Amino acid sequence: MIYLTLFYEFFLIGLFAIGGGTTTIPFLFDLSARYGWFTPKELINMIAISESTPGPIGINMATYAGFKTASYFGGFMATLGLVTPSVIIIILVSKALKRYACNTAFNRLLSSLQPAVVALVLNATYQIAKVSLTAWLPICILIFLLILMRYYKANSVFYIILAGVLGLTLKL
Amino acid sequence: MKILIELFITFFKTGLFTFGGGYAMLPILKDEVVTKHKWANEDELLNYFSIGQCTPGIIAVNVATFCGYKLKKITGALTATFALVLPSLIIITLIASILSHFMENEYVVHTMKGIRIGVAAVLLKIVFDLGKRVYKKSHSKKTDIAVFLFAVLAIVILKISSVTVIFLAFLAGLAELYVERAKK
Repeated sequence: MIYLTLFYEFFLIGLFAIGGGTTTIPFLFDLSARYGWFTPKELINMIAISESTPGPIGINMATYAGFKTASYFGGFMATLGLVTPSVIIIILVSKALKRYACNTAFNRLLSSLQPAVVALVLNATYQIAKVSLTAWLPICILIFLLILMRYYKANSVFYIILAGVLGLTLKL
Repeated sequence: MKILIELFITFFKTGLFTFGGGYAMLPILKDEVVTKHKWANEDELLNYFSIGQCTPGIIAVNVATFCGYKLKKITGALTATFALVLPSLIIITLIASILSHFMENEYVVHTMKGIRIGVAAVLLKIVFDLGKRVYKKSHSKKTDIAVFLFAVLAIVILKISSVTVIFLAFLAGLAELYVERAKK
């Protein structure tokens, strides 16, 4: 029964958290208050871990919270609940988009959102730079990576792994 | 079937190398979805993000569902989404169950600090690339620059939510379209 409750609660979070992973945080505090599945202190720990492990933060937190509540299958059900509304809504939106794909006014409107998306990506960059560029060595690594990108073209995963190796060897 | 396997591998990789929020997966998706597989062009990818930002749910999942659905309808949407969340499910379950001190391990801490700089670097590059591209293709450069500057101000300084910013950009686009039509 706990599995169904988990699915239901995370389904609601997936349905009402608009704007990405971090918007699920207040909902999780609410869950902690209503069910006592995990304490607020555990939740803060979960957020820290979710931010520094691979994968989207929202998914990581759902898996973690579900696991704390009802072990392996709990983590699975919470994640399933969280993604189900997205999948349904996006499939419906995709169908609607297809209908307007040839409409020039509609395409103009979509492209007018692009400068705002660039600003959002810039903000994501700023947020991660703020916590990682705290000394001269990280700044030097960043500059090195940017220069490398200019002269040695590879995919993004390559630079991310290289940065991890540098972090490990230079004991950042 | 081949496309489904490729979709699975692509989104599994994306889930594995996304550190931070949904936008951190943009550079990887651009490499994989646009450059390598040509499943969508850059405009479509940007549209997925702007729509995914305003529709309910995690942006990363919304974008994966969009890409998967475009290629192989519902099967594709489910495959891409499942592949995206699978690394999280495995890694978080391992950390929560047996590796509870994993995040305190000094080697992990050093590696993670390096990885974050790497993510910042690839994001910085994509901001430049995207900015240049959006500017070149822009229908009205003045409006687009104004929207961009306003959006930066709104998010970083005024702390206005991303959804509101996209909505305001939509209104600006609508106003501009209206003015243009009125001129004709």
